[in-house]
Amino acid sequence: MALLEISKIDVFYGRVQALRGVTLSVDAGEIVALIGSNGAGKTTTLRTISGLMHPTTGTISFDGRQLQQTKAHEVVRVGICQSPEGRRLFPRMTVFDNLMMGTYARKDLSRLQDDIANVYSLFPRLKERTKQLAGTLSGGEQQMLAIGRALMAHPKLLMLDEPSLGLAPILVETIFRVCTDINAQGMPILLVEQNASKALEIAHRAYVLETGSIVQTGTGKELLSSPDVQRAYLGM
Amino acid sequence: MLRQFWEGGPRRDPNTIAYVVLLVAAIFFPILVNVITGGNSSAIMTIAADAGVYVLLAIGLNVVVGFAGLLDLGYAAFFAIGAYTYAFLASDHMRVTPLGEPIHISFWIVLLIAMFVAASFGVILGAPTLRLRGDYLAIVTLGFGEIVPRVFRNASSWTSGVNGISALDIPSLPLWLQGPWSGDAFAFVTDFKVISSLAYYVIMVILVIICVILVRNLHRSRLGRAWMAVREDEVAAAAMGVNTVAVKLLAFSIGAAFSGFAGTYYAGKLSLVSPENFGFSVSITILVMVVLGGMGNIPGVITGALLIYYVIFVLLQQLPEYAVNFVSSIGLSGLVRSSGDYPGIAEFISRLKFLVFGLILVIVMLVRPQGLLPSRQREQELHKGVHDEPVIEDVTAETT
Repeated sequence: MALLEISKIDVFYGRVQALRGVTLSVDAGEIVALIGSNGAGKTTTLRTISGLMHPTTGTISFDGRQLQQTKAHEVVRVGICQSPEGRRLFPRMTVFDNLMMGTYARKDLSRLQDDIANVYSLFPRLKERTKQLAGTLSGGEQQMLAIGRALMAHPKLLMLDEPSLGLAPILVETIFRVCTDINAQGMPILLVEQNASKALEIAHRAYVLETGSIVQTGTGKELLSSPDVQRAYLGM
Repeated sequence: MLRQFWEGGPRRDPNTIAYVVLLVAAIFFPILVNVITGGNSSAIMTIAADAGVYVLLAIGLNVVVGFAGLLDLGYAAFFAIGAYTYAFLASDHMRVTPLGEPIHISFWIVLLIAMFVAASFGVILGAPTLRLRGDYLAIVTLGFGEIVPRVFRNASSWTSGVNGISALDIPSLPLWLQGPWSGDAFAFVTDFKVISSLAYYVIMVILVIICVILVRNLHRSRLGRAWMAVREDEVAAAAMGVNTVAVKLLAFSIGAAFSGFAGTYYAGKLSLVSPENFGFSVSITILVMVVLGGMGNIPGVITGALLIYYVIFVLLQQLPEYAVNFVSSIGLSGLVRSSGDYPGIAEFISRLKFLVFGLILVIVMLVRPQGLLPSRQREQELHKGVHDEPVIEDVTAETT
C-alpha cells in the first residue's frame, strides 16, 4: 500500500467542479510530479490533501489513515507538510522564526539543532540571512525558506506547490537540485509544477491533470517522450 | 539557546530598560508627588490609580489587537461585564432584584470570578464570529460593544437601569502594614478597608505587574508564536499546524479576561457602576492607547495608556485654566471675560478640547507611525520595508 493514496475524489468550489474523480498515489521515497496548465486543478489537489478543502466524494488515505475530512492543522500532525502556493511566509518574522514556526506541530523537538543545520546546509543563503525578516528576502530566497520551513515539520511527505514560479532560471536549477537532494535523504515529494520539463526530469512518476481529471500517467521519462505531453506542455 | 547559536550571541531584550524605567517610576511617583504637593497627594494619586485601569485595559486589548491582529472595537463591553460582576456580587443591590438576597463576596475573589465571566463572554462572542476576518470582525465587535451597555441600561429590574448600582463594597485586605506613609505608627492591621488613594495605587501597581508578567510569558510561549503566525498569514499558520480558530478564540477570551479584571477594580474603587461609563468612546480610547503606544509591545502600550490618559483626563481638563493664566500673564486679560458671541477664553478653549486632542493624535502618528515604543517587528518593517507577497486569494480562503 502506497504512502498516500487518493481515490476518485470530486472537489467543488461552490457549484463549480474543480476535480473529477482524481486518483493518484505517492510511494515511500518517490518524487511524484503533477503537471498541467493553469486551472487544471493542481493546486486544488494539494489544498484538498492538506485539508484546506474537502472532497465531496472519494477517499484520501495517508499512512493508513483516512484524511478526506481532516482539518488542515491536523493534517500537519499526521505528517504532511507543504510549501504552499505563493510561498505564504510570515513576512514580518525573521528567517529563523519562520523556520521555527515549521516545528509548531512537532511533538519531538529533540533534534532541532540538526534540523536547522540541515536546512542551512541545503540553503546556505538562508544561514547568511538568519536574522533578516522574511518579507525582505528575494523571491528565490523566499522559496528556499518556504521549503526549509516545511522540512522543519519533519513531514513524512513533502508537498511543493509551484516552487519554480517567478524565479530566475539559475534559481530554478538550484531549487530542483535541492529537491533531488532532499529526496535522496529519503523524503517523498509530491511536486506540482507548470515547468513540466524540469519537473519530469527529476520525477520518478508523474500525472498529467487536465480540467480536473488525470489524463495521463507514467514515469517521468515516459511522459517526457510522450507526443501528447510534448505538444501540450513542452512546446515541441 | 538554539537562537543564540545561529544568531551569534544572546539577544538582548530591548524592553528590559523600559520595564526598569517604568517600575522605578511607579515606585518613586507617590514619593515625588508627596514632596511636591507637601503631603496633599491624595487627588493626584486617585488620578494615577484610575490611569492604572486604562493600563490594564490597554495590556489586555494589546493581546487581541497587537498579538493576534484581531480588531476589536467593542472592548469596553467586557470592561462593563467585569464592573457589573462586582456590582452584583459585592453589594446590597441584589436585595432589590428578583433574587431578593444581597451577595457580598470578597473583592479579591470577584477579581478572579470577573475574569472568568468576561472570558466566557469572549468565547460566546468569539465562537460564532471569529471565522470572519478583518473588517467584518470589527463590525461585529462594534455591535457587541453597543449591545452590552444597552442591556445593562434596559434590564432595569436587575441593574437599576440608568441609575446604575451604587454603594458597592469597599475592597478590604486581610492584613496590611501601617506605617509613617499613612501618618500612623508601624502596626499590622487586620481587615484593612482600602480607602486611601495611596492604597489603591499600590494595589493597582501590583495588579499591573502581575498582568505584565502573565502577558509577557504568554507572548513568548507557543501560543504567542501561534498568535504571531495567525496575524501574519492565517492560511500559512494553518498549514504549519496552528488551529487558527482555537488560537484566535484564546486571544479574544484572554483579552476579555483582562478587561473583566480591570472592570472589577474600577467598580471597587469607584463604588458605583453605571451603563454610561462603558460607551464606544471607551473602546476607542483604549484602541488609541494601544496603537499610539506601539502595537504588540507591552511597555509601549503601557506608555501609550499613561500618556493618552494624561492628555484626556488631566491636560485637556486643565487647558482652559492654563489659557486664562496665559492670556492674563501676557497682559490680555480682556480676553477672559465674555462679550457678545465670544464666550471668554476658558469656555472658548474648552470647546476646542477635542480638536486639540485630535491634532495631538494626528501629529504623533505622523511623526511616529510605528508607535512610541514599537515592537521589534514593526520597527524593522517600517525601516526596511517588508513587501508582502502578492497572495492569490481564492474562494475558500474566506471560509477556512
